[in-house]
Amino acid sequence: MKKINELKMTFDSRSVNESFSRMAVAAFATQLDMTVEEMGDIKTVVSEAVTNCIVHAYRNTIGKIYITCTVFEEGVVRVKIRDKGCGIPDIEKAMEPLYTSLGGDRSGLGFSVMESFSDKLIVRSKVGVGTTVTIDKKIKGKLI
Amino acid sequence: MPVVIKTKANVIYAYLKGEIDHHTAPELRNSIDDALIMNETFDLLVLDFSGVTFMDSSGVGLVMGRYRLANSKGKKLRVDNLSERDYRIMKMSGIEKLATINKITEKKEEFTYEKD
Repeated sequence: MKKINELKMTFDSRSVNESFSRMAVAAFATQLDMTVEEMGDIKTVVSEAVTNCIVHAYRNTIGKIYITCTVFEEGVVRVKIRDKGCGIPDIEKAMEPLYTSLGGDRSGLGFSVMESFSDKLIVRSKVGVGTTVTIDKKIKGKLI
Repeated sequence: MPVVIKTKANVIYAYLKGEIDHHTAPELRNSIDDALIMNETFDLLVLDFSGVTFMDSSGVGLVMGRYRLANSKGKKLRVDNLSERDYRIMKMSGIEKLATINKITEKKEEFTYEKD
């Protein structure tokens, strides 16, 4: 695929940045003419991935979250969300619907939602090193 | 306030507004739970999503948590006016087997309006 544009951003793992980060990625991606639906899908998957960094990767600490958003000529948006947090010991288990390592009001649906609203999801993680989530979203739209 | 609480007969209505994510959910949760704790006589809690502009899975956690609280007191929960997307996310949890969840529809709005 041919890259046509790229955004890189780094921000603190503070929950107040969840709204900012999903809106920033969605706004950057709109250069591919997309539907409101597709824009919503991007916002949703970014929100889930960033929340994981805050809630799990940097639990009770503040670290950096790194996002790269690449737009491809073929109409694909790729979002890479990376942290240098605790890592996921068992990715398969973490991706099970409704599984959560934390109690309270966590639904355990983060990865299920990311999978459902994207076209491709890759999770790479190493305990003590960090996690990288890569999401591809194909844009069919052109309704805006 | 991101949530407006109204009580009518034995029903508590919580009208949620704005974006629901992991950052905003705790304030919403506290406001709703305060209303539940102050009113012991209600039979049904209705969470109205017509003012919600964005929701991720934190919204599901919010609903499931309120279901558990209401259920522990022997009360029912209903979720109204979910957008197509929010309805789809909500159903991933299977909450529809425990509580009634309704999508937003024109008819629904008219019906609610007439009832008032």
